Amino acid sequence: MKPADPSFAHPDAVTLVTGRNVLNAVVLHIIFFGNTSLRQSLAQMTAIEILGLEKTYKVGFWLKRVRRALQPLHLTVEEGEIFGFLGPNGAGKTTTLKMLMGLVFPTAGTARILGREWTDPEVKAQIGFLPEQPYFYDYLTAHELLDYYGQLSGVPGKDRKRRVDEVLQRVGLADVKGVQLRKFSKGMLQRAGIAQAILHNPKLVFFDEPMSGLDPLGRREVRDLMEQLKQEGKTVFFSTHILSDAEALCDRVAIINKGELRGVGAVEDLTSTVQGKVEVIWQGTQIPASIKALGAECHATGDTVRAVLPENQQDAAIDALRRERIRLIAITPLRTSLEAYFVEKLQHSQTTAGTTA
Amino acid sequence: MNSRIVHIARNTFREAVRDRVLYNLIAFALLLSGAAIFVGQISIDIERLVVVNLGLTAVSLFGVVIAIFIGIGLVSKEIEKRTLYTVLSRPVRRWEFIVGKFFGLAGTLVVNTFFMAIGVFGALLYVAHKFTRPDALILVALYFIILEFLIICSLALLFSSFSSPLLSAVFAFSLFVIGSFADDLRGFAGLTHGFTRWFATGAAYLVPNFSALNVISAVAHQHAPGAQLIVQNTLYALFYTAMALSGAVLIFERRNLK
Amino acid sequence: MTARQRTTVIASASLAVSMAACVLLLRHIDRIRPQASIDDVLYVASPQMVKRASLGFDGLMACIYWTRTVQYFGHRHYNREKSYNELAPLLEITTTLDPQLFPAYQFGASFLAPTPPNGAGEPARAIQLMEYGIAHNPDNWQIYYNLGFVYYTELKDYKSASEIFARGSKVPGAHPFMKILAAQMAEHAGDFATARLLWSATFETSNETNIRQNAMEHLRAISVDEDVTNLQAAVTRFGERTGRLPSGMSELVAAEHLPGIPADPDGNPYQLTPQGRVQIAKPDDFPFVTKGLPSGYKLSGLPKFHTKI
Repeated sequence: MKPADPSFAHPDAVTLVTGRNVLNAVVLHIIFFGNTSLRQSLAQMTAIEILGLEKTYKVGFWLKRVRRALQPLHLTVEEGEIFGFLGPNGAGKTTTLKMLMGLVFPTAGTARILGREWTDPEVKAQIGFLPEQPYFYDYLTAHELLDYYGQLSGVPGKDRKRRVDEVLQRVGLADVKGVQLRKFSKGMLQRAGIAQAILHNPKLVFFDEPMSGLDPLGRREVRDLMEQLKQEGKTVFFSTHILSDAEALCDRVAIINKGELRGVGAVEDLTSTVQGKVEVIWQGTQIPASIKALGAECHATGDTVRAVLPENQQDAAIDALRRERIRLIAITPLRTSLEAYFVEKLQHSQTTAGTTA
Repeated sequence: MNSRIVHIARNTFREAVRDRVLYNLIAFALLLSGAAIFVGQISIDIERLVVVNLGLTAVSLFGVVIAIFIGIGLVSKEIEKRTLYTVLSRPVRRWEFIVGKFFGLAGTLVVNTFFMAIGVFGALLYVAHKFTRPDALILVALYFIILEFLIICSLALLFSSFSSPLLSAVFAFSLFVIGSFADDLRGFAGLTHGFTRWFATGAAYLVPNFSALNVISAVAHQHAPGAQLIVQNTLYALFYTAMALSGAVLIFERRNLK
Repeated sequence: MTARQRTTVIASASLAVSMAACVLLLRHIDRIRPQASIDDVLYVASPQMVKRASLGFDGLMACIYWTRTVQYFGHRHYNREKSYNELAPLLEITTTLDPQLFPAYQFGASFLAPTPPNGAGEPARAIQLMEYGIAHNPDNWQIYYNLGFVYYTELKDYKSASEIFARGSKVPGAHPFMKILAAQMAEHAGDFATARLLWSATFETSNETNIRQNAMEHLRAISVDEDVTNLQAAVTRFGERTGRLPSGMSELVAAEHLPGIPADPDGNPYQLTPQGRVQIAKPDDFPFVTKGLPSGYKLSGLPKFHTKI
C-alpha cells in the first residue's frame, strides 16, 4: 500500500482511478459514491438470487390439508452462465419459475432478479420467458404475435419491425410468419415461444422444458441457440428432466425433487462425486469368485463376459483374471454421468423420506 | 403505461373481429330490413314506432349478448389457455391487462353499435321516407345504450376474473335482467321492514340501474330525456364501470394462475 | 410499498368511491324521474301488448305490475296528489297478465271508483274490472263483494248492490255476511249499521295496507256520523221539551242522562254551537265524515290517513 497521498482527498474519482490500483478505486467508490451503487454493481454479477421462496397449497374441501409444492429454496445464478434446473415431473420446477414470473405468489420468501426485487415490473423488460408447452393467441400470425409482444415489452416501433424479422429468421419461422398460429405444429409453436422470449433482447431468459415436443433436429437447434445466447453474454436458466441436455449445456445445475433442493453445483464437480466405474470384458463364460467379491455386476453373453465394477477395483480385477488365466478382451472406463448423480440424489431423498416418515 | 393498455385494447378488438363477432351485423340487418319491409307493406300507421322500438331493442339485446359472451371469457379463457403467461412475463401490470381488455371489448361494441345505428336510420328512412328533427333523439337512446354496454362489459369482466365462463354468463345475464327492473327492486325494498329492508335496499342500489338508461319507449314517442338526466346517467355509468373494474383489478391482482 | 400493494390501495379506494358515487347518483336520478316505472304504462297501447311482450312470463310480470300499482298509488297518495290517471291502466294490465291476482280487484274497488283525491274517479272502469274478474273467476265470491261494494259506496245503487251480493252469496264457500249484506241492502241501505258492516268486511278481508287504512277511516267517519246524528236528535228532543237550545254540551248531557261528555273516536269532545249544531273538534282528522262539520268548512279533499293500522 502506497503512503497516503494528498490527492486521495480529491473528489474527482476518475482522475484517481486512472492513477491508482483497482483496490483503491473500489475503496474510493465506496467513500464518494456510497454503498448502494457498489452493491448494485456487485449484485449485477448475480443474475438470480432466490431467497427462501416457498409455496404451500391448501387443498381439500375444507382447505385443511396442506401440500408443499416448494420448500424454502435458496439458489443463486450468476450472470452469463447456463443454469440447469433439474428434477422429475412434479418436483416444483415450474412452480419456482411461475413464482419468479409473478404468475403465482409465494407463501414466503423473496427473490432478486438482475439486482432488483422480483416484483418490480421494470425487471420484466430485461427477462424473457418460455413457458412449458406454450399456447399463444391462435388467431394471430407469428408476425402479429411477435409484434404484439414487442409492443408490450416496450420495443420502439422502428426497432420492433427489424427485431421481429430477425428473430423469426433465427428460429426458422421466417417462411410461415403470415400463417395463423392455430395452424402451427408443436415444434413450430415451441420455436415461436423461443422467438417471443428473446425478441426484446433480454439479459436473462427463462426456459421451462424448452426441448419438449421437439424432434432431434429441433433439439439440436435449441441447444445451439442456447449456446449462442451464452456467447452473447446472456444468462440462461432452464428447467428440464432430460439430463443429457443439461450435461451438454449447463455450467451449473440444481437438482430438485418433491419441492426440495437436493444438490447444486458445476456439472463436473457433481459428477466427480459419484464413483466412477469401469467395464471389463473377458473371454469365456467363467466368472471368478474373486471378481464377484469385488462387487462386480457380471453378464455372460455368448462366449464373453461383461462385468461392471468400481474404478478403484480395476487393478484387483485384472490380477484376478491373470491368476485364473482368463483372457482379458477390454477394459473401458464408463463415463460417469449426471444421471448417476441424479439417481443417487433422488434415491437418497426417497430414503430420508422413508426414515423420517 | 398508457401505450400498453392501448395495445392490449387493440389486440382484444382484433380477437373479437377475428372471432367473427361482427357477423352478427348480418343477422341484425336481416331482422331490421325484414321488419321495415313488412311494416311498410301493412300500413298500420305506426311504422316509425315499430322501426325505432324494434331497432333500438335489437341493438340493445344483440349488444348485451355479445358483451356477455365475449366478456366472460376475457380473463378466464386466457388463464385456462395459459396465454397469459407470456403476457404477464412482460412489463405489463395486471391492472393494465384488465383495463386494456375492457377498452377492447367496449370498443368492439361501440363499433358494432355504430354500424347498427346506420341500419336503424336506414330502415327508418325506408318506412318514413324522410327524417324529422325528433329523429335525432334516436342518437340519445343509442348513447344511453352504449352506457349500458360499458356497465355490462365491466360486469362481465369482473365475473371473468374469478369465475368460469358458464357461471359468469349466468351471473352477468341475471344482473342484466334484474338491472332492467332496478326501479321495481328499489320500490320493493321500500315496502319491506327491518333487516330485510337494509338488505333489500343495499342490493337494490348495487344492482346496475338499466331502467334509467332505457329510454327506447320515450324516444320512440319522440319525448326527449332531460339534459340533467343525460348528465347524471353518464356519471352513473362511468362510476359503476369504475366500481366493477376496481373489483376486477383487486381480484385479479391476487389470483394465483394455475 | 411494492407496486402490487400500491395497486391494491388505489383499486380499493376507487371501489369505495365509485360505490358511494353510484348510490348518490341513483338517489338523484330517482328524484328526477319519479314516474320511472310508469313510463311503460304511458306508452303501451294495450294490456294485450304487455302480455305478449312478457314472453310467457306473465305471472312474474303481473307481480311486478302489481307492486308498481301499489307503489304508484301510495306515492301519489302520500304526496297528496289529486289525480290517479294511471291507476286504471295499471290495474288492467295487472289483471290481464294474471286474472287471478285477487288483491288487484279489491284495490280497484277501493280506489278506482271514489272521486279524486280519494281515488281515480272512474267507477265505470272499476265495474268493468270487477266484471272481468268475475268472468275469469266465477268461483270467487270476493269479487262479487268488490263489485257490490262499488255500487253501494260510489254509485249509491242499492238495488244493484243487493242483487250482486245475492249472486255472490250463492257461490260455494261464500262468507255468510254476503247474505246478510244482500238483505241489508234491500231494506236498510242507508243505515249506519249496513255501512259499518260493509266497511268492516272490507277491513277484515284485505291484507293490503292502503285498503285497510281506507276502510278504517270510513269506519271512524261512520262512528262520528252516527254520534253526531244521535246527538243532534238529542238536541232536537231537548228543544221540544224545554223550548230552547241547550246552553252547552254539559247541560245536554245532564238532561239526557248521558254517561259523560261524548267524545269522538280520538277522544276529543263533541262541541255544541250556540245555534244548536253538534260539531266535531278536528274535522281534518276525519276525511270521510259527512255530519258535524263546522259551517263553511270545506272538506279539503285530501285524506290524511293518519291512523296506524
